[in-house]
Amino acid sequence: MYKITTEPIDVQTVNDLVKRPSDGAVVTFDGIVRDNFDGRTVRSLEYEAYAEMAEKKMAEIGAEVRHKFAIGEIAIVHRLGALGIGESSIVIAVAAPHRHAAFEACAYAMDRVKEEVPVWKKEFFDDGDAHWVNQN
Amino acid sequence: MRIQVKLFALLREIAGTDTVALEVPERANTGQALHELSQHHPALQPYLENVRLALKMDFVDEAASLAEGDELHLIPPVSGGT
Repeated sequence: MYKITTEPIDVQTVNDLVKRPSDGAVVTFDGIVRDNFDGRTVRSLEYEAYAEMAEKKMAEIGAEVRHKFAIGEIAIVHRLGALGIGESSIVIAVAAPHRHAAFEACAYAMDRVKEEVPVWKKEFFDDGDAHWVNQN
Repeated sequence: MRIQVKLFALLREIAGTDTVALEVPERANTGQALHELSQHHPALQPYLENVRLALKMDFVDEAASLAEGDELHLIPPVSGGT
C-alpha cells in the first residue's frame, strides 16, 4: 500500500497490513515530528505534496525495495497538512521471512523516500519564524 | 503553444499561485520554458537552478520536449519524511 493521506496515521494498522503467514518479522518505522531543528524549537510542521506523483514514486520505491531485499509486503503512508510535535508524518512497514532483510529494507525505503518523493516540509518555529526545509 | 507550470512549496509562495500559464514557442523544451518563466516571474529565478522537472509524473531534464497543453511541474528540493 502506498498512500498519501490527510488523516492521522494508525501505525498498528499499517503494521498489520503487510503481514503474511510466511513472515517472521515486521519492521515498522514511525517517523514523528521532532520539536527542534538546528538548535531552534519547532512548534509545528506542515507537509505539502504533489500527491499523485508522490504515490507513484512511493510505489516505485516499494518495487525497488522488494527487488533488492528478500522481503514480502511493504507499505508506505505519508500524511500531509498541519502536524504537531510527536505526530506521525510517515509510516513504513516491511514484512519479511527473516528480520535482517526487514530492518535493512525499511531503512533503505526511508532513505529513498527522502530522495525521491515530491513532498515538502515547512517548519514553524517558536519564535514565529518559518522555513521550507532544504531551501536556500 | 500554451503550457501550464505547476508550482509547489516555496515557489508557490513566491509566485503567489500554484499555476502559471506560459506561452512558449512550438517545439520548445523544458529548459526554454524555465527561461520563459523566469522572465515573467523574476522572483523565482534564483530558485529555478535547484528544481527538478516533472512531466506526466516522471522526472525529466531540460532537453525534454513540450507539447501544447502540457503541465510542467517544478519540484524544488524534496523534504518528505522526518
